[in-house]
Amino acid sequence: MSAITTKVTDTVGRKRAGSLAWHLGALLILAVILYPVAWVIGASFKPSKDIINSLQLFPGHPILSNFKGLADGIADIGIWTFFENSLFYAVGAVVGVLVSCSLTAYAFARIRFAGRNLLFSLMIGTLLLPYHVLLIPQYVMFQKLGWINTYAPLLVGKYLATEAFFVFLMVQFMRNLPRELDEAARLDGCGHLRIYWSIVLPLCRPALITSAIFTFINAWNDFMGPLIYLNEPGKYTVSLGLMMFRDSDGVAANYGGMIAMSLVALLPVLLFFLAFQRYLIDGMATSGLKG
Amino acid sequence: MGPAVTLVKDSLPAAREPRPVAADARRRPGRRRENLAGYLFMSPWIAGFLLLTAGPMVASLYFAFTDYNLFNTPKWVGFDNFTRMFDDPRWQKSVEVTAKYVVIGTPLKLLLALGVALLLAQSRRGQAFYRAAFYAPSLIGASVSVGFVWRSLFSDGAVVDRTQSFFGWHVGGWVGNADWVLYCLVALTVWQFGAPMVIFLAGLKQVPRELYEAAEMDGAGPLRRFWNITLPMISPVLFFNVLLETIHSFQIFGSAYVVSNTQCGPADATLVYTCYLYQQGFKNAQMGFAAAMAWMLLLAVALVTAVLFWSQKKWVHYEEGAR
Repeated sequence: MSAITTKVTDTVGRKRAGSLAWHLGALLILAVILYPVAWVIGASFKPSKDIINSLQLFPGHPILSNFKGLADGIADIGIWTFFENSLFYAVGAVVGVLVSCSLTAYAFARIRFAGRNLLFSLMIGTLLLPYHVLLIPQYVMFQKLGWINTYAPLLVGKYLATEAFFVFLMVQFMRNLPRELDEAARLDGCGHLRIYWSIVLPLCRPALITSAIFTFINAWNDFMGPLIYLNEPGKYTVSLGLMMFRDSDGVAANYGGMIAMSLVALLPVLLFFLAFQRYLIDGMATSGLKG
Repeated sequence: MGPAVTLVKDSLPAAREPRPVAADARRRPGRRRENLAGYLFMSPWIAGFLLLTAGPMVASLYFAFTDYNLFNTPKWVGFDNFTRMFDDPRWQKSVEVTAKYVVIGTPLKLLLALGVALLLAQSRRGQAFYRAAFYAPSLIGASVSVGFVWRSLFSDGAVVDRTQSFFGWHVGGWVGNADWVLYCLVALTVWQFGAPMVIFLAGLKQVPRELYEAAEMDGAGPLRRFWNITLPMISPVLFFNVLLETIHSFQIFGSAYVVSNTQCGPADATLVYTCYLYQQGFKNAQMGFAAAMAWMLLLAVALVTAVLFWSQKKWVHYEEGAR
């Protein structure tokens, strides 16, 4: 041990140089990573004609007209409509995922029933299944049900625990809770519903929060689902509303408005990230150690 | 216990508790009640699995062999959709574009993720901040907003084009150039290296320090230590990242659609597989053809998954001979 200590004091100079290189490297990556985010903030305060061509990250004379223009909405639809729709979709998804995935996870983690291993393998299998195989028949089914242009096709899966990733996350978490808790509760005459509700769920709070935030962000960013199922602009989510700002030739007439709207659309996700980044990163990290 | 062991053990729920012997089970009166409770709790998932996964899979296999435009009754056409697909130059193009995207984008993204994870694994000040900042693009990368930003940054006369021109290499913006536009999408996926990076970091944290100390005593240099200790120890995490990132990148849709201004072009240069599937199914109402395409995608993904699982015997090391 003392050999190491001497070695460390001997190489203080080299360590300092290494530390400097480390910070320079990290800052360089940070600059590249953050550039697009900084760019969209700066560009939203530029006049349309400068957005592409000006290399200045932040304009010398910032203007607010891009944001003020958003108040007029687009094609007679106020932009708040898009935000309300996205909020409805995202909150609906969060509620569904929390309820259905936690019930399923409880069964996998805490109840011994025949066929559990088989069902568990099937559930893991759905994690790897490309969604596109289900796209066409699901569309046909929802079309027959008259659900096109409603939020039902987007939400129904969330209430039926098809988000296997979150089931998995919760199973992992529940398995690590001490079993003695259940056993004590059972001796007191508690049934599974009681144990699930009063013991397991409160202890699973970190896994529930992680799942809720990821679900919210995924629904907020979801593009393909709304693109396929919603066809009336009044029902559009933010993602689709944003697409209305673009012209068919790709050069939006109101480029500034489009960029400002892009920034506003990102804000909820960025705020969630700032508030909950620990939960998100820890949730992501455990996902890798599970398989 | 490393991630490897957790990974293997946790993939089977029964691994933790001894399975009750059949005779013992018969003696326990609560057995049937437990079964009932299990299936009741599982019922949302079972309904979802049957109605939204298994059922549609069977249906899509059936549609793949029919001529169906959503309003006619599906007409059985045998392998017609498949033969038409293989002869279709646009389908071939979409396979080529997707293969290129997967083969170039995924390794680049994972290499960067691993490299930065190794950098961040050294505990220094600001480590948690950098980890969070590098992860952020993974959360917003799939949004339409970022698609627009990307389209703008890579336009003719915008920052990337000007930088490139400064070095005397003028291509007039990537988004309008059929030879370059795919790299714009590659750049977008590489930008989101934070998600696999976080997973690598978690794996690196579990490598026992003593291994490095012992190797250092034996005079192993940093490269040797990486090759002989780090890489084998994190190979299960590497396997997981390769598997998931590859499968995901096969399914790219939104960013290709938005960055190419819904055209998946120019000249079909960003016609990724799902873009063509979307066009055939929802623009041309060729549901049968699209279902056939989806099954080919499933087969390709299954094949890649199988090859990866088969290859892991050779390069993925699980501790304690767990596998």
